[in-house]
Amino acid sequence: MGAQLRVYRRRIKSVQATKKITKAMELIASSRIVKAQQRLEASLPYLTHLYAAINAAATGAADVRKHPLMANAENRSKAAVLVITADRGLAGAYSSNAIKEAEALSTNLREKGISVVPYIVGRKGVSYYRFRDRAMGGQYTGFTDQPTYADAKRIGSDLLEAFLTPTEEGGVDEIHVVYTHFSSMVAQQARIRRILPLEVVDEVVESSEGSHPSALYEFEPDAETVLDGLLPQYIDQTVYSALLMSAASEHAARRRAMKSATDNAEEMIKSLSRQANQARQAEITQEISEIVGGADALSAAG
Amino acid sequence: MADDKMLSVAVVSAERALWSGEAKSIVAKTPEGDIGILANHEPVLALLVDSSALKIVEADGSTMMVAVHGGFFSVAGNEVNVIAEVAELSENIDVERAKAALARLQAEGDRDEDGQSALKRAETRVQVAGIAKTVTTR
Repeated sequence: MGAQLRVYRRRIKSVQATKKITKAMELIASSRIVKAQQRLEASLPYLTHLYAAINAAATGAADVRKHPLMANAENRSKAAVLVITADRGLAGAYSSNAIKEAEALSTNLREKGISVVPYIVGRKGVSYYRFRDRAMGGQYTGFTDQPTYADAKRIGSDLLEAFLTPTEEGGVDEIHVVYTHFSSMVAQQARIRRILPLEVVDEVVESSEGSHPSALYEFEPDAETVLDGLLPQYIDQTVYSALLMSAASEHAARRRAMKSATDNAEEMIKSLSRQANQARQAEITQEISEIVGGADALSAAG
Repeated sequence: MADDKMLSVAVVSAERALWSGEAKSIVAKTPEGDIGILANHEPVLALLVDSSALKIVEADGSTMMVAVHGGFFSVAGNEVNVIAEVAELSENIDVERAKAALARLQAEGDRDEDGQSALKRAETRVQVAGIAKTVTTR
């Protein structure tokens, strides 16, 4: 076997091995998207009830705007930005899109004179910030493909603590989260959402199913206390759904990246085997012409 | 609302909806004290005491206990929503495991803030599971 042919065969083999791996990763990611979506859906009833209750409590509270979690600090000087990235790579531009969005937000905030403290979820984001030697308010890794409520609670309580600390002592005045919105299997976008302070919306929320959103609740013990109790949960839950949403997006991004890797491997195997066939054919042709040439020389000599 | 003598109850935890069905009454613990809800109660939105037990008397008269950790409930037009970060139905609690966890925590004697609330949670869990047990054996 000619040297050239051997090289081609070896490359085909290695590409085939890679293709097997990417194919497997694609299948794993597809099955995990479904699971992640189910978890997201399972968390929705809680979210809906919680938002409805906060709405009711905010309506009932005497002066919502004075509430520490609602009040807009007069001059904000510091903001926390929670960036949700992946723990593992091979998910296309998933992590870098989120980081890019976060960078854009940070620039935007800095132009307004607000300094930014990043809180990073996911090993990819952490290594990005660590490589650039930027201080992080917090880093959380090891759960991005299957976040649990406990993970969200850990992040949420850190954020709440930073928010409740006075600005002079290093606290923050705003909390933003950058997550990846899962619109469909093929479309996910990095998005920014402000968690705190809450936007106070005065308009009456339309009832969707003729339920009782406008019921005049009695509050136990009173509206302000209820609101106090609900808002930490609101943060945890918002972080939790951002994590779940991002997890679903991560799997979708990985599936897509691995699908195109598999396609590319197939393409490569095709063109490599063409070249290998050509090399083999050339070898045979050469051998024949050598034999013919040898026979010719013999008969000419004889 | 087929029957206006019944409450339709939903117990929802952060990760999923746990239980829903018809109930005769509900007894819950709020910071102000225990509150009992029967059908046609006025709209109420109340916080639940952390790590407390919630009692639901089902339509067939059987009692179900739920251990709730951090949450609230709302009542409006005979619809009751119990919303808790963590909620456990008594029938899903492994009594032996809960007791073992409680014993372990008591033995540790470590009383920082986290330890305190963990102990409280374990106590509630055992209490909830224990009550359910006595009801079913009766």
